[in-house]
Amino acid sequence: MVRCFLIHTVCPVSALGAGESRLLYSRVFGPDEGIFTEQDRELSPEERRVLQREKTAVVARQVHSAVALSRDASGRLLVESLPGEEALALQEADSGVVRLRAGDPFSEEMSALWLGVQSLGFTLVCEPHENLLLAEGTLRNLTRHCLEHLHMLGQGSEVLLRSNRLDALLSRLLPHGQLLFLNHRFAQSLEKEVAAYMAK
Amino acid sequence: MYSHGSESLIKQAREIQEPELQKFHSRLGKLLQGKELGHETVDSLQRLHLILSATKYTRALPPELQKRVQSLLSSPAEQFQVLSSAVLRETLPLSDQKENYIQENTSQLNSHVAALLLSQAGSRADVTSLCAQLLRSLESRQSEGPANSLTHTLPILNTILTHSPECLTEDHVTLLSKKLVDWLRYASITQGGSTSSGGFFTGPRSRQPVPTAELDGTVSGDFFTVLCVGQGFTEDQWMNVYSFSMLRHWLLTYHFVSNGNSTADTGMTSPPIKTTTFCLPVPERLIASCHSCKEHQPQRVHFEGCNSFTSQMTCSVFSSSPAHRLQLSLSFSLSHSFSNDFFLSLDLSFLTSRVADDRSEVDGSVVSMVSATSSSSRLLPPKERVREKAFQYCQRLIEQSDRKAHKRTDTDLQKACLVEAVCILDCVCEEDASLVYRTFPCIKALFGRLSSDLSFARVLLPIAQFYLNHGEMAAVDCESVWKLVFDRFPAELFNDHFLAHELLRFLRLNLESLQLRVPQYTRSFPNLLKFLAWDSPAVVDDFVDLLPSLVTAGTAVELLHTLLDLPCLSATLVLQVRSTSLPISEPGGRGLLSLDAFRSPSFRGLFLFLLRGEAGAGDTIDRLSTLHELLAETANWPRVVQCAQTVPMLLHIFFNTVITVADEKLLAHLVLVMLERSSLLLNIPKYNKEIHRVFSSHLLRLCKLHPSLVVDQSHELLEFAGATANVYNKEEIYTHAVWVLGEYLSVSCDSRCSVSLITSCFEALEAVLFEITSSAPPPGADCPAPRVVTTLMSALAKLASRSHDLIPRVSLFLSKLRTVTRGGPVAWCSDEEDLVAIVMRGEELWSLLKAPGVAQSVLTPPPHVTTPQWHRDTNVAMPLRLRALTNLTHSH
Repeated sequence: MVRCFLIHTVCPVSALGAGESRLLYSRVFGPDEGIFTEQDRELSPEERRVLQREKTAVVARQVHSAVALSRDASGRLLVESLPGEEALALQEADSGVVRLRAGDPFSEEMSALWLGVQSLGFTLVCEPHENLLLAEGTLRNLTRHCLEHLHMLGQGSEVLLRSNRLDALLSRLLPHGQLLFLNHRFAQSLEKEVAAYMAK
Repeated sequence: MYSHGSESLIKQAREIQEPELQKFHSRLGKLLQGKELGHETVDSLQRLHLILSATKYTRALPPELQKRVQSLLSSPAEQFQVLSSAVLRETLPLSDQKENYIQENTSQLNSHVAALLLSQAGSRADVTSLCAQLLRSLESRQSEGPANSLTHTLPILNTILTHSPECLTEDHVTLLSKKLVDWLRYASITQGGSTSSGGFFTGPRSRQPVPTAELDGTVSGDFFTVLCVGQGFTEDQWMNVYSFSMLRHWLLTYHFVSNGNSTADTGMTSPPIKTTTFCLPVPERLIASCHSCKEHQPQRVHFEGCNSFTSQMTCSVFSSSPAHRLQLSLSFSLSHSFSNDFFLSLDLSFLTSRVADDRSEVDGSVVSMVSATSSSSRLLPPKERVREKAFQYCQRLIEQSDRKAHKRTDTDLQKACLVEAVCILDCVCEEDASLVYRTFPCIKALFGRLSSDLSFARVLLPIAQFYLNHGEMAAVDCESVWKLVFDRFPAELFNDHFLAHELLRFLRLNLESLQLRVPQYTRSFPNLLKFLAWDSPAVVDDFVDLLPSLVTAGTAVELLHTLLDLPCLSATLVLQVRSTSLPISEPGGRGLLSLDAFRSPSFRGLFLFLLRGEAGAGDTIDRLSTLHELLAETANWPRVVQCAQTVPMLLHIFFNTVITVADEKLLAHLVLVMLERSSLLLNIPKYNKEIHRVFSSHLLRLCKLHPSLVVDQSHELLEFAGATANVYNKEEIYTHAVWVLGEYLSVSCDSRCSVSLITSCFEALEAVLFEITSSAPPPGADCPAPRVVTTLMSALAKLASRSHDLIPRVSLFLSKLRTVTRGGPVAWCSDEEDLVAIVMRGEELWSLLKAPGVAQSVLTPPPHVTTPQWHRDTNVAMPLRLRALTNLTHSH
């Protein structure tokens, strides 16, 4: 299953140190893993929350540097896409996968799949035995919907102010972190539901 | 994309002041009291969520407001369910909150609430109770007819299973297994009504059932799968999708479910591998005969064999049907020889209690080509039945994936389905080895179909896993599989990030069996390292784990050379990609000297050596310096620099491993390689220095471990230490080479160490020391490091202490040094303090050498002094010696 889905910056942010990333949206699926481990069981809910936040921040940072290194190595120039060019932006996106060792930050090993669309990173943290081909397709699909429904290529802040749309989107396309084998008909049917939700 | 607006919004949310927050809370509270919840409420809830989520610390809501938000969870509008659960996820649950959710929502635990409950679970017990509730709803749904909120249940159960399989009981597993079988195998094969149906004019008569279609548009001739399409889908078709999506994880996990001692599953506890091959016909026949008396549902078939030629086999068949209580006892003997611990128990109890809701019994109309071969499977216990159905489902998916899909997304889905299907087949074969023989023909055919098309590489990897796991048992030739994995994939797909990740993970997970069964694994390192050369930051972590397995006595020397030339490989791969993507005629394809060289036939051999796929062609090449010159301009390419940065760490791993596998001869060879290669590296800023540092520390370690290496390799070491140029451009490794010569060139380390050897070493070092301290450094070089000078002095003193004839020569040099430096600044040392330190060191050594016996015991201490025992023995204790020495020096 997918452990979490994150949207975060992969560009320098003036208020943050170099290499730091600003998390714009994070959704962790399932219970906190801390309640099952011996060492974290004593933590209070507040402490667990801080720990979980730190874990997602670690992932965002790691992906940030992976994106930076990958862009550096490929030497491609970033092309700025405008609202309406979502498909193009997605096509131009960099992608990759980061191995998160056990304990760093999750208690088991994970694979973090990322898509770098200009200054933003879209990251899916999966269990490593997960079908990464499916995960990759799902991440692309999710990213496309995010870009379109939250107008993320523009200057607005809908990702912060309309995050319920992301929740609704995830509840269809990645329910509880479950990757789904959806053929185009199933996908269309879910997307119709999503569109109906967005229209409200 | 990321604007200042967003940044300031986050800042505002974080820095909101208490009074303002309270005002906001009370306004939202009032809005929520109103009957109509409008846009303003949505907006305020969304802002509340931002305020709560912008900080990692927990903010508490006023209890009143929290209760109001909580009551929105069961709002009919999904938007409010989403918003309220998002807000509550960011807060702490009130103490009585969970009970409230559950009580309020027993009839309808919507997806958002279920997710909220799970995310706020504080203990395993919470998860267990949620799990039980979800399963209850799953059970009750059956009778309530179609319900559209059932779909979220399987994903959330799978999530629970991921985190805590212990939350499920054996009964749950049975229930879920049965459900999965139904949804997977017996979903409707006609299209569901499209969402717009149900209009006034579309009565039931006009809606003829239309069969579902395959991805290429033909009508489906077999059971429904995720690769079937239609205008709309029925509830059970949706469940088919959800079931298949979680199937692999289910098959992997259901063993970990608690209390496995339930009677329903004795068959699972016996190892199936030994029983299956020749026993299979027996239960099949048995089942067939039991099944022939239709109304008497067999409940339990149990038979045992023991180690004898004629085994008694008992078979009892019960019926639970009260009307037909019947007990059969069969007994027959077998003339087969059973394996020693043959034990098979087959349980059929599942059929009795739930025949009514088991559609497999009811829905006999489904025509299935795949399933026709194994009609007996309906008599298996639930877990085995899931396995059987999974097997059929995957076979059908593999068939379906050969169809030409109309949509590109469906083509991608076909690939993902192939990966999943092969993984599931691997998983079921792992559990039931008898399936291996039924599966292999299909896997083999699939491999044959896909192996020539590298766009299927990521599908071929699970196939390779299947061959690795089961090839031996089925006695299948795997050579062509390994050729693909170790030869073509790295050579042609080194720039595919995802394949690299998956392939290296495959290697990591199967390291042991690969080393055992695939001899070409270790030989393939030149190829595998292409992944590292191309995308070092992403895969270096995998190589940290894999590298030790590639270091063997046979590969060590070549591997060392290859690691050192990894940046060259990186540059060559870039050139390779460029030369194929940019034709010579295009302007971008020209102007790079290295690219021209890459294309030139005269240098072809050099590049081909770097790009070789297998080890064994030779450790390295003669014209390495030519290659480095050709690639000089690549030294600042980001990809090459990134690669160069990983090499020192990998070298450390290499040396740490090699000392565990190498004999002294090999280590001696490695010392030579280090000396040779220290001046033969691609000239990348900092790279050479880093490599020298690694070499130095490991030269020291190797010599410490095997001091006789120094005598063995004294000729080469002396040649190296006698070259004055090395003082200036290889300070680090030069210093260490001198140190090991001074330290280990001694009879106590190796009896072959003769006086003449010591003398010739002394003379070589003396010449260098004399040269560097009598003239200015060569143009362009810095002054020799003080450390080099003192190390040389110490080495000379050590050698002299072992051959007393040499003492006057050192003393003479040291006294000269003192006189020279008294005359003012010298050309070879710019820092005055350094010079003072050097002179002081000289004086110490000079004083020490005045008492040769003491000098020897200090400069060449016998081994028992350097071993940790010395400090316990007061007679040889260092403080004592030091005191004696102090007295001696003071008396002069």
